[in-house]
Amino acid sequence: MPEKIFEHYPKSEKSNLIPILQDVQDKYGYLPERLLLEVADYIDIPLSRVYGVATFYNQFRLNPLGKNVIRVCRGTACHVKNSANILQAIENELKIKAGQTSRDKMFTIETVACIGACSIAPVISINDEYFGRLTVKEIPKIISKYKKEVKYEKNELTVAG
Amino acid sequence: MVEFSINNINVKAENGMTILDAAKSVGIDIPTLCHMKDLFPTGACRMCVVEVDGMRGLTPSCAFPVAEGMVVQTNSPRVRRARKTIVELLIENHPQDCLICVRNKNCELQDLSEKYAIREHRFAGEKKNHAIDISSPSIERDPAKCILCGRCVRTCNEIQKIGAIDFTNRGFRSNVTTPYNKGLNVSDCILCGQCILACPTAALREKSHSKEVINALTNKDKYCIVQIAPAVRASLGEEYNLPIGTNVTGQIVTGLRRLGFRKVFDTNFAADLTIMEESTELINRITSSGVLPMFTSCCPGWVKFVEQNNPEILNHISTCKSPHEMEGALLKTYYAKKMGLQPENIFVVSIMPCTVKKYESDRPELTEENMPDVDAVLTVRELVRIFNMAGIDFNGLPEDEFDNPLGVSTGAAAIFGTSGGVMEAALRTAYSKLTNQILPTLELNDLRGMSGVKEASIIINGKQINVAVVNGIGNVREIVKDVQEGKSKYHFIEVMACPGGCINGGGQPIHQKPEKIKKRMDVLYNIDTKSSIRMSHENPIVLKIYDEFFGEPNSLEAHRILHTSYIDRKSILRNNA
Amino acid sequence: MKSFLEIQFKNQYHSPETPKSDFLIKCSNPSLSPTQDNELNKYVAELKHEKHEVPIIFIGADTSGLASGAGKVKLAIETELQKLNIDAKIVLTGGMGFGAIEPTVDIKLPNQDRIIYCEITYKDVPELLKTTLIDKRIYSKKVFGKYGKTEGSILNIYETPFFKNQKRVVLKNCGIIDPNYIDEYIVSDGFKALDKVLRNMKPLDVVNEIIESGLRGRGGGGFPTGLKWKLANAKISENKYIVCNADEGDPGAFMDRSVLEGDPFNVVEGMIIGGYAIGADFGYIYCRAEYPLAIQKLENAISECKRYGLLGENILDSGFKFDLKIKKGAGAFVCGEETALIASIEGKRGMPKPRPPYPSDSGLFGKPTVINNVETFANISNIINNGSKWFAGIGTEKSKGTKVFALSGKIKNSGLVEVPMGISLRQIVFDIGGGIPDDKKFKAVQIGGPSGGCLPDAVLDTPVDYESLKQVGAMMGSGGFVVMDERTCMVDVAKFFLTFIQNESCGKCVPCREGTKRMLEIIERITKSYSKEESKADVLQRFKGVIHLQRLAEVIKDTSLCGLGQSAPNPVLSGLQYFREEYESHIYDRVCESHVCKELLTYKIETDLCSGCGLCERKCPNEAIVGEKKHPHFIIESKCIKCGMCVDTCRFDAISVN
Repeated sequence: MPEKIFEHYPKSEKSNLIPILQDVQDKYGYLPERLLLEVADYIDIPLSRVYGVATFYNQFRLNPLGKNVIRVCRGTACHVKNSANILQAIENELKIKAGQTSRDKMFTIETVACIGACSIAPVISINDEYFGRLTVKEIPKIISKYKKEVKYEKNELTVAG
Repeated sequence: MVEFSINNINVKAENGMTILDAAKSVGIDIPTLCHMKDLFPTGACRMCVVEVDGMRGLTPSCAFPVAEGMVVQTNSPRVRRARKTIVELLIENHPQDCLICVRNKNCELQDLSEKYAIREHRFAGEKKNHAIDISSPSIERDPAKCILCGRCVRTCNEIQKIGAIDFTNRGFRSNVTTPYNKGLNVSDCILCGQCILACPTAALREKSHSKEVINALTNKDKYCIVQIAPAVRASLGEEYNLPIGTNVTGQIVTGLRRLGFRKVFDTNFAADLTIMEESTELINRITSSGVLPMFTSCCPGWVKFVEQNNPEILNHISTCKSPHEMEGALLKTYYAKKMGLQPENIFVVSIMPCTVKKYESDRPELTEENMPDVDAVLTVRELVRIFNMAGIDFNGLPEDEFDNPLGVSTGAAAIFGTSGGVMEAALRTAYSKLTNQILPTLELNDLRGMSGVKEASIIINGKQINVAVVNGIGNVREIVKDVQEGKSKYHFIEVMACPGGCINGGGQPIHQKPEKIKKRMDVLYNIDTKSSIRMSHENPIVLKIYDEFFGEPNSLEAHRILHTSYIDRKSILRNNA
Repeated sequence: MKSFLEIQFKNQYHSPETPKSDFLIKCSNPSLSPTQDNELNKYVAELKHEKHEVPIIFIGADTSGLASGAGKVKLAIETELQKLNIDAKIVLTGGMGFGAIEPTVDIKLPNQDRIIYCEITYKDVPELLKTTLIDKRIYSKKVFGKYGKTEGSILNIYETPFFKNQKRVVLKNCGIIDPNYIDEYIVSDGFKALDKVLRNMKPLDVVNEIIESGLRGRGGGGFPTGLKWKLANAKISENKYIVCNADEGDPGAFMDRSVLEGDPFNVVEGMIIGGYAIGADFGYIYCRAEYPLAIQKLENAISECKRYGLLGENILDSGFKFDLKIKKGAGAFVCGEETALIASIEGKRGMPKPRPPYPSDSGLFGKPTVINNVETFANISNIINNGSKWFAGIGTEKSKGTKVFALSGKIKNSGLVEVPMGISLRQIVFDIGGGIPDDKKFKAVQIGGPSGGCLPDAVLDTPVDYESLKQVGAMMGSGGFVVMDERTCMVDVAKFFLTFIQNESCGKCVPCREGTKRMLEIIERITKSYSKEESKADVLQRFKGVIHLQRLAEVIKDTSLCGLGQSAPNPVLSGLQYFREEYESHIYDRVCESHVCKELLTYKIETDLCSGCGLCERKCPNEAIVGEKKHPHFIIESKCIKCGMCVDTCRFDAISVN
């Protein structure tokens, strides 16, 4: 059964590879293997080519993300304002490194080249919220807010169960 | 024509020619790594950079056209420094394993290091770290030795149009591999080995079975028999610096005897046998409205391609085994009986120009009562290494003849090793069988040469038979599509996965001299023209075997021993993705 | 009247299917449509904010503004308006560029000038609205300036220090108009150039006009735009393409983003004119996926243009057909390079190709292609409207026009500025930028992003133009402008940019893939820890690396396939040129003067300042701090990984670093 996502792209048109992969990732949060196979069939190119494109670009993920995605800006302006320390503080707090997802799948840390909010450097974003003019001291408090939300959900489950 | 100067030498060259080619025309050699003749330059390796007056940086000579009045320097200090640094950078991300590497003394990185007198490690640092892929019985991948020249990727994608491997990741983490870095055995690869021929280092190489063969030779209980493919005799001499296109059959036979093989037979014999079976099969399909077109089955890479991609047309492929498998099957049944040998003690070795044959010999269908028809396949390169280890001075060997009976063959068998050869051989026999006459010219020139798809028509008993020859698996898709849609106009199609046929197989000597295909082909065509018997159905031993053993082609017994079946691998691979 | 599509021309409406060539002229000139005169006049006055009955509240809601909290401010304003039961119109504009004072909120009362308020948080909203909308006074606590004549202490925006020395051409409309509203764009001289081109000029006329203006590519290359267009115009081909490079990948650059979020129609107009000039019938805007707001604004602009028949078949009845499509980048800095960008649009890995063939010969899908930067396209309409002579009158002899820079780093007034070419770096840093905050000393300015160079105070009087910057070892680049002070380590900066380049290298050619990695390793060894156990081999390797650094850098520059590799050594080479002593003190003295290279620092707890609270001990990731409660603590040097967490945590400033 061909994916509904593909339907409005003409078959066998190679230049649509990247937009199709972007749509797949928008829907699933990452690029599942079986979908890469389907894309290869639909566009009529070898799977190795789809995989080669998927691993070339920063945007594409071959593994799912955690519930909360923390993006630390490592652009020039943020670097000059010590974003490296911010990153390290977050890594220490969550006990994972950039590019990894925590075991309970609640947090993923990513670095991005530039968020574009240089005037309030250093900047991080968690999901869609921005935190600017950050200092290392604030990190534990900010992260615990998201950890608390996790705990709250867990309680809900036990109540319902 | 444009006039310009290279190294203060005045040169005249065609408009649009690259600096690289123009330099070669006046005897100036510029080193390359990523360059592939007949393919568009990618400009990746930067080895070929030269200094051109007026240009800001150094210019890649493989990708830049000559211009009137251009001033080029190919050996200035700036150029030398650049080339040296590029080689050093490649070396620093490469294992320093030359002494124990299979391409020691035939490696392009070694050649460059030697040429540019690299004597120190200026830029030592992190080296890439990849595991070796030994999942397939034919080809080993060693990405740690890869210099990312891209030749294998282009061969697999642009020439063979399979696309089993490609560049993945980016920058320093770039790696040429299969999707998800899975083993080659579960990828789209058909094991043709063209990538090995393209690879400048040992990043791609055949899986070696030399140990099994040497053990068998040393084992007193084993009766070792060896057969050599048609294309082997045309190329093996190149490993000993003999001119390309030297026929070294006699010396190979002597060498093999000296290694200890009890019998040295010729695969060409079985090629004649194959023609008997296959032409009868074709005639039957044509006269009794069987499945047409029929495809040849002697190329295991082609068979694997259909099993993996288009299993729905498997019924079009001839059920004949490939020649060396037929010979192995014969040896373990008819020959064993005749010689009073126990089949389980017979060890059959095939010397092949091919890598897929290693995988083919492992196929469970190609067995006789759980004994494989062929026990081990060695490439030409492996045999040469065994010769060398045994101290055999090849160039000094006297010539000798194949053993009987499986050493007798015809000219038609010899040309199996070239693209179009199987078709020619088959038509010579089919024509005679049906008309009781001989083809006016035995050489069917329409089927020879390097075109991607060659076709011919021949009138047999008033009916037009259309045939096609696919030269290189990269040219097969249109024909397969037509067959799928039932639109094919052909009756019989030969498909060889390697461009040029087996003489350019993945197991042949590795070098980039452009004349290798033509000259090797000529050897085989010459054997044909000089043969006294040039049609398979006139091979006396072949006829004897039918008398004594099989009765007639396509008989029940012939089917049991000489025919095989195929598997739908597409569903297996997809379900396990 | 709800939109300009309701104007009638001789009893017929303009539409994409029935285009009227006079449509645009009539939109901005009410006198030309006598039947709709009054209604049109009223509508135009509304669009220009000349006549309105309710107050208008403009919020700078581009990505930079939103990151500063403009979203929260908007919600707060909506809530407050409801509470006060006041009717007001909220318009979300792009950013005017002064990042340091965002979020901005402009308030325009009927029949009064528009007043600009800065640094508005959601907490300020109740007081702001009460003061301005109810008391009808200025909220002087947060007033920044105004549009219209200076009144007392409230300056016209263009007389404020930040804007005084700027010349706003490309950024003309950013932060002022509603970027989603095509009609507002039309009355702000929008599409006037397109109208002029389609009705009065031939393609070659447009090309020549651009050539004479002297416009050069604003993406960094500086190639004469008119010449590029001329080459493509001359090619005969059934299909040609014009592409906008909106892949702005330089970390710290947000010029293109601001233009796309603040004035997208201008860019579209520039592309249509470009398409006409070279004979292309299709265009692509390649925008990086990390700019979702810009993409949204562009998508809206394109669909509005289609609705108005300004994209599609027979535009304005001229016979010219042109369409635009957006391609989202997927995260690869190298795709800012022309041939890599083309490969990406074609669905391949973004790996550059050798030139020749040049894109104007054989580019996208093998057809003649012109690729220009966002800022380049944003200049086109202004050149056509004001004439090439006007444009050539701005700037220097070889570098005409203005340039947009993104000021960031250690500078008081960070944000987007547009200055005429030829202004000196010093003027930008101190006059417009306001100098270094916290009374620190200026050290260097990085121009051109990771491919540029760091320039010290000694060359700060260099004029900003393509040739002069190259001469001092930097390059114009796309407009990144990062200021550094004495607290920045130049070796660390080189390491930072090399790391970025290494991550973004496509990996195709040997010098960039392998060479930049080796350069980075050499620099990293310089900044690595000095421990007494360092082996002689390590020391030798460190020195060897530095000796060979220059050679390696030069070969990489000489042989790389594309601009990324060719300019990768620039941070190192310019660092060695201007800050050699700093490099040497790292290598030989093993000291980092700016206290940035952590591994070269020693952390010590001052016993007389330490209160023994134990906070640092808990924060230390490597358990390197020991001590009893209420007694001074101690750092075990061999366990210290120099992360600096303790310094950041200590409330008593008891930890000294040297």
